[in-house]
Amino acid sequence: MSAPEHIIREQYTVDGDDFQAAGGASSAMKKLLRSLGVPPDAIRRAAICMYEGEINMVIHANGGEAEVTFDGGVITMTLRDTGPGIPDPELALREGWSTATDAIRDLGFGAGMGMPNMKRNADEMTINSVINQGTVIVMTIRV
Amino acid sequence: MTIGDIQTLLGAEVLSGEDLLGQPVLSACGSDMMSDVLAFVKEQSVLLTGLVNPQVIRTAEMMDMRCVVFVRGKKPDGAMLTLAKAHDIAVLQTPLRLYTACGRLYAAGLKGEDG
Repeated sequence: MSAPEHIIREQYTVDGDDFQAAGGASSAMKKLLRSLGVPPDAIRRAAICMYEGEINMVIHANGGEAEVTFDGGVITMTLRDTGPGIPDPELALREGWSTATDAIRDLGFGAGMGMPNMKRNADEMTINSVINQGTVIVMTIRV
Repeated sequence: MTIGDIQTLLGAEVLSGEDLLGQPVLSACGSDMMSDVLAFVKEQSVLLTGLVNPQVIRTAEMMDMRCVVFVRGKKPDGAMLTLAKAHDIAVLQTPLRLYTACGRLYAAGLKGEDG
């Protein structure tokens, strides 16, 4: 990330009011990475991370902002929301742990697999969350 | 196996992607939980599900899948089919239940991730 003029940077808004439209940012990022010639395996891992994060933002935080940068070697995804925060991030990373409602499960999500799956697919992942202020998740994928 | 073979085996109707019927597929998975599909699936190219909402197509898109089969006669709406078309994902619909549909494909040689 030493040559700013070579860094690709895109911002996406995640609409928290529309579950049906969730995934738009992930889809746009996937298209962007494909256009940049990023290998398919790295694109898929990035897409899963972003999509799970996007779904979480819609379900739990009324949407937010996503930023993606690519410096030729590393994809960095930063997800920011102003939702309720995650009381115990370690717990949220445990498979099967979820605070999602039955209504969300009826939509095919909320099984407590999202955060662990993000961590599994990212090379690095950090979670900074403040109760009643919001959450920032940064994930990197080495290409 | 091709997407066209899946259509025949499941007595399915092609809702979108007639031009993709000749595409080969190597493996499949069946689930109504997209969380599980995103967590456990790696190289599957076909998703069979009874869940009907746009996130099914989005999940298939993220996983680079080529075909979604809606079981139990579930019918996706026009927006879902448009989304699938935009990402070259064939959409089939079969009256069979999930277990039966998966069983028919497995018996015909289409494996899952774990064999």
